Amino acid sequence: MAEHEPISMKQFIQILVCLFISFQYYGKQLQVGLNKEFTSIKKAIEVADNNDTVYVYSGHYKEGNIVIKKSIKLIGKGLPILDGEKKGEVLSIKANYVLVSGFKIQKSGFASLNDPCGVKVYDSHHVIIERNIFDDNFFGIYLQYSKHCVVKNNKLTAYAVEEQQIGNGIHCWKSDSLQIIGNKVKGHRDGIYFEFVTNSVIWRNIATDNIRYGLHFMFSHSDSYISNIFRNNGAGVAVMFTKGVKMFHNTFEENWGDAAYGLMLKEISDSHIIGNTFKRNTTGIYMEGTNRILVERNKFESNGWGMKVQASCMDNIITNNNLIGNTFDISTNGSLVLNTFNSNYWDKYEGYDLNKDNVGDVPFHPLSIFSIIVEKNPPAMLLFRSFMVTLLDKSEKMMPSLTPENFIDNTPLMRSLDL
Amino acid sequence: MNRIIKFIILDILKNKIVLIYTLILAVLSWSVFSLEDNSTKGILTLLNVILLTVPLVSVIFSTIYLYNSSEFIELLLSQPVNRVKIWRSLFFGLVISLILSFSIGVGIPLMMYAPSNVGFMMLAVGICITTVFVAIAFFSSIITRDKAKGIGIAIMLWLFFALLFDGIVLFLLFQLADYPIEKMMVGITALNPIDLARILILLHLDVSAMMGYTGAIFKEFFGTSLGIIVAFLVLLLWTVTPYLISLVKFKNKDL
Amino acid sequence: MIEITNLHKHFGKLEVLKGINLSFNKGECIALIGPNGCGKTTLIKSILGMVIPSQGTIKVKGELISKNYQYRQHIGYMPQIGRYPDNMTIGQIIEMIKDIRKENQNLDEELLHHYLLQGMFDKRMRTLSGGTTQKVSATLAFLFNPDILILDEPTAGLDPLASEILKEKIITEKQKGKLILITSHLLSELDDLITHIVFMQDGHLKFHQSVSELKTRTGEERISKAIASVLRGGSHE
Repeated sequence: MAEHEPISMKQFIQILVCLFISFQYYGKQLQVGLNKEFTSIKKAIEVADNNDTVYVYSGHYKEGNIVIKKSIKLIGKGLPILDGEKKGEVLSIKANYVLVSGFKIQKSGFASLNDPCGVKVYDSHHVIIERNIFDDNFFGIYLQYSKHCVVKNNKLTAYAVEEQQIGNGIHCWKSDSLQIIGNKVKGHRDGIYFEFVTNSVIWRNIATDNIRYGLHFMFSHSDSYISNIFRNNGAGVAVMFTKGVKMFHNTFEENWGDAAYGLMLKEISDSHIIGNTFKRNTTGIYMEGTNRILVERNKFESNGWGMKVQASCMDNIITNNNLIGNTFDISTNGSLVLNTFNSNYWDKYEGYDLNKDNVGDVPFHPLSIFSIIVEKNPPAMLLFRSFMVTLLDKSEKMMPSLTPENFIDNTPLMRSLDL
Repeated sequence: MNRIIKFIILDILKNKIVLIYTLILAVLSWSVFSLEDNSTKGILTLLNVILLTVPLVSVIFSTIYLYNSSEFIELLLSQPVNRVKIWRSLFFGLVISLILSFSIGVGIPLMMYAPSNVGFMMLAVGICITTVFVAIAFFSSIITRDKAKGIGIAIMLWLFFALLFDGIVLFLLFQLADYPIEKMMVGITALNPIDLARILILLHLDVSAMMGYTGAIFKEFFGTSLGIIVAFLVLLLWTVTPYLISLVKFKNKDL
Repeated sequence: MIEITNLHKHFGKLEVLKGINLSFNKGECIALIGPNGCGKTTLIKSILGMVIPSQGTIKVKGELISKNYQYRQHIGYMPQIGRYPDNMTIGQIIEMIKDIRKENQNLDEELLHHYLLQGMFDKRMRTLSGGTTQKVSATLAFLFNPDILILDEPTAGLDPLASEILKEKIITEKQKGKLILITSHLLSELDDLITHIVFMQDGHLKFHQSVSELKTRTGEERISKAIASVLRGGSHE
């Protein structure tokens, strides 16, 4: 047991001083609610100065578009509802150092021309949006030309049926140094949308059941996304036209459909895909025009296709991954192979290991002839696992004639990696 | 269950070939499941057993058994027994004993190691395939009196359904690659009970790939419970049709 | 008891029966004779329903036999060469037939005892000699006390003793007023049994007469000679 030391006089004074300074710094407090100082949020904001805090108590506030042009904190107590009544934007933030927290923001307008939002941040920095619930908005949170903003622990739900009738959950455009953390996005068009956003991090978010992509990511260099879960989105996750993306420990699950991928990479270079899990997707990773990417220590389990590496990809290294229970581990559309596939564990490998160094003594050809046939002729999938096709595959494995010869893992692992 | 079925089942169960069949199935099933660390691979091996071995043994054993039963049939025919009843008893006798073999050999290990949707589907499909190929044996044994010819026909039918048919379909696929043939493909699979069985299992085994690729038509048809019911009904049709043809022929057969 | 009208049967192009009309009655013992391939066995099998006639009708006890199988409970049939499932024992076969006929009383087990078959109940059919198989066939034919007995070459393959037992049995059954239909080549064996003779040739019925009539007509004492003389006479006409 630690001993309780009495607080010395000096320390006590220090604490008092700190409290006093912070009180000064945070400015005054304004209360909004039934039987409170203010009954209208707009009024309170009007009165407030920079650094003030506006507390909004529970209630159903239908004030149309609320605009914040001062650096204030807007804090909900007991989950007050800001209702847009399907008319325009609910909350607009046009100042720096704004905090919005603890609200239920619902029913923004649905016009598609000016993209009405639950919360929209205009050209600002150091804005924090946290612990809010967004329900039935066109766009949930929209950030444009913003820097150093934090979007944290929000829950966004929409009920879209068609792509055209809904916006994105968290939409970020031309911004920098954002932190998108711990949000749950469901039922929007794209769960999280990044376009021209740099040096940002997307961490521990959960995007499920969105109409299009769980994460839609374009022209956004030097970003990381880490430990997110993308499940059952219309087309999985798309990462396009970007350099230097770090994708660590994400889970891509149950993205099914003709053009659905766990992760789709298009024109990506110098990036890292490490420690992710791809489970039960139609295609785990789809790569097109992708260069110098390291794919390492990922799990590919029970996917239709583990990876589809198009012939336009080069200098990618795929190593130390587990490929288990996929219908096809790898497929490609050409005969040119400029990528390296060494030291992976393939459960379809049937070789031996005489010197017991856990590396198979015969190379593994991960490409099955039938995956190439299906690539060209999709309905052929109906014949999969028929005796004829098994025969074809086996004979091709013995004497490769149609599959590219250098599509090969020279050091296949005998045991799966502990990932 | 009538007395004649009882006699036939007892007779078949005493047959060494059926015992060996059960034993081989059992050894195979237990070994694939205990050797492989993931049950999916075991299931894949069993899939091939169900699609090749089970129909082959069912059709050949039943054909030979029917030819060897000609004495039995003659003996029964001089007694006050209906021909339809004799034929029906032979059919159910064979079906029940072969299903019993299959269930003991494959069903028990399957239920122990893979009591999943795939496992249940495989068991159901294996039983259907057994029944279908017993019916096909009835058909092939009634169209000729010559035992060698009859067995030949049975083997040819098996070869056709297990191998040649898929070859032809693959060929057609390449020939017609430029046309929208997905709907037609689903129809064509109904023409082969083995293909139908394979796809029913595949839908559970490779669900990610199957749902992805052939797209809408697949989801619409095989993906729904209606589709599965239809598929099983087609398998039933594959049983009833050859059996009924053989029954009509047997009713008018001279012994 | 048996009524055959205009019976035709062809196997493919081969015509085996060409319009047979026959009628057999209670208490008769009929010998069905003729050269090999004359259609005797086909006729018998038609009566048993094993061969489906191309044309014509057969009535047993006044009922048409087509699309009917119950009538066979009145018939005991002993085939020329009894063929039985190899794996079954004598006991099982007898039990099974009893089961199928659903008769356990009023059984005539005389032959069973005389042929000492009970001692061999556990023997499988494939291990039996031709003679023993015939004994089983004979036993089965008489077992259920049928009104009609159809015996296809009954004494062929039986040793003289067994043959004699069978003949005795046939005589007793005839005296009970049953209809007995026998095909045989060895006429001399049948001399003291039969009351009528049916002679067939090339699918045609040559004649159907009572033995006494035949003898008076030809003036011969022995049946075989009587038949021979009829045939000679027929060819001269």
